[in-house]
Amino acid sequence: MESFFVRYRNLLVLLALLLAQIIGLAVQVRRANNGRNVLDPPDGAGVRLIRLWADGLLTPPEQMVHGSKLGVLSLWQNYLDLRHTREQNLDLQKTIDRMRLEQASLLEDARQGQRLQALNDFQQKYIYKTLAAQAIGSSGSDQSRVFYIDKGANYGLTPDMAVITADGIVGKVREVFPRSAQVLAINDQTSGAGVILETTRTRGILRGSAAGRPQIVGILADQRIQPGEKVLTAGGDQIFPRGLPVGVVEKVVPDPERDSFIDVIVKPAAHIDRLDEVLVITSTEPRFPADQLQDIATSEELKGADAAAIKEQHKASEIMAERLPGLTDPNAPAPAPGTALAPGQTAQPGQSTIVPVPPPKLLPAMHPDRFSPGATAPPSKENEAAPAAGQEQKPAPSSEAKPVTPKRNQ
Amino acid sequence: MAVLGASHSRNLGIRHYPLLVYVMTPLVALVLQAWLPRLLMGYVWFDLPLVVTVYFALVRRDPIQGTLMGMGLGLFEDAVTSHPIGINGVAKTVAGFLAGSMGIRIDVENQTIRVILTFLLSILSSAIYIFVYRILLGLDLQWNWFSDLMKAVVNSLIAAALFPLLDRVQIRD
Repeated sequence: MESFFVRYRNLLVLLALLLAQIIGLAVQVRRANNGRNVLDPPDGAGVRLIRLWADGLLTPPEQMVHGSKLGVLSLWQNYLDLRHTREQNLDLQKTIDRMRLEQASLLEDARQGQRLQALNDFQQKYIYKTLAAQAIGSSGSDQSRVFYIDKGANYGLTPDMAVITADGIVGKVREVFPRSAQVLAINDQTSGAGVILETTRTRGILRGSAAGRPQIVGILADQRIQPGEKVLTAGGDQIFPRGLPVGVVEKVVPDPERDSFIDVIVKPAAHIDRLDEVLVITSTEPRFPADQLQDIATSEELKGADAAAIKEQHKASEIMAERLPGLTDPNAPAPAPGTALAPGQTAQPGQSTIVPVPPPKLLPAMHPDRFSPGATAPPSKENEAAPAAGQEQKPAPSSEAKPVTPKRNQ
Repeated sequence: MAVLGASHSRNLGIRHYPLLVYVMTPLVALVLQAWLPRLLMGYVWFDLPLVVTVYFALVRRDPIQGTLMGMGLGLFEDAVTSHPIGINGVAKTVAGFLAGSMGIRIDVENQTIRVILTFLLSILSSAIYIFVYRILLGLDLQWNWFSDLMKAVVNSLIAAALFPLLDRVQIRD
């Protein structure tokens, strides 16, 4: 038995390690309701611990490398300077080369300054609260489009916060570590964002692909969708606020799996593969600048003044209605029990006070004629007899029915 | 434990390196693997941890050492992705084991053999990755064969440049 373990020691170690890893993988995947296996979105405690260790080991060197990007250039220049010091007779060409390197460095600084300025301007104008962060690393795999930023839980970041640039959306925060955070880019295969096409108002889900090109999948074929149409966030995914630019339609291809469906390939507005600075939306509560807040306060005050004026008008009209004489007959008899009370009359015990209000009694006309309310025309002979059943009732000519001709003054 | 003795190592041609090289080379490979894609605009047509695994497994001529190094680097790579932890671990465990096993049988001094072996193990590693992801775990994954082929080619080129450099830092008797 001992010789078996010694003889196959290498193979047994391999099998044991593979088995352990496969078991570890199995606990990270669960079967979804649709029968497909999916990765458990919230990592377990053990998995998260491993990711935390990896991040703790990788982030400091990455930050150091990122921070020393210009330092390397400076070191190179110092090296050239040392050579220049040692060799006093350097020719003019080397000086020009050094100047070019310095110029490139300054140009890079200027470009970075411009980018930061643009980002700062956008941040000032943007309605939501954001936090600027630097992209410091990536997953190192083209199957997993994630990158790391230099802000983490210490700055209040939490998972599922949206990450954007001034150009458009970039991704969402997936994992948060104390000093860094992992961002899942929108071109990753496991990402998803609710989007809407600006013109056709077609909604869909934006997903990544193996080639790293985001695409809107599973939408019905629509001839109106053309390249160049803008794609915006729809706001229904609880991550990205609605209306943020996502990109433009690059091309429309048929869905390879389903007929009458199409996939819309989207060219992202943000340069996802060349990110330096990003903004993390830390709060979606509207954040208005001071002047807009003043405008809102002024608007509220004006609205209150208008409401007060309308209330005063109502009050004045009620007072006028009480003081003006009404159309009711003051000499009308008191209403019977169960009817409305006259003005100034109090309810008797046992008498219901909630009674229907009768229509107001009109005053009699001073010179009544046949048009006065209540006046009836004298019945004619034909009308006195009730019409027989089944017989058609015809209008009978009468003297009152004759047209009245005006009398000429003699 | 006699197999690990100094005389046996000499007979097998097992190389020894300073501890700093054992520690720093994998760490630098991991950091560069995570950092370089940002400069290369997202093109990740290389796998430095795999190249390092193959090198040390070959020159140490020890399958267990290759297996452990492959597993460690693979798990680390998985930990910085959004994928389940263990997929790269399985792929590189097998690659490290095979490299260590072949190191016993082939001439590790021959640069051409080492480069070809790196190419083949890169292809195998990608195939195992896709097999574990799609078949074993049943997860959806699109993949591009051209990207994996390019990765194997670039890994071979990196091996051709890196292996002679690492050969120079070995401890000689």
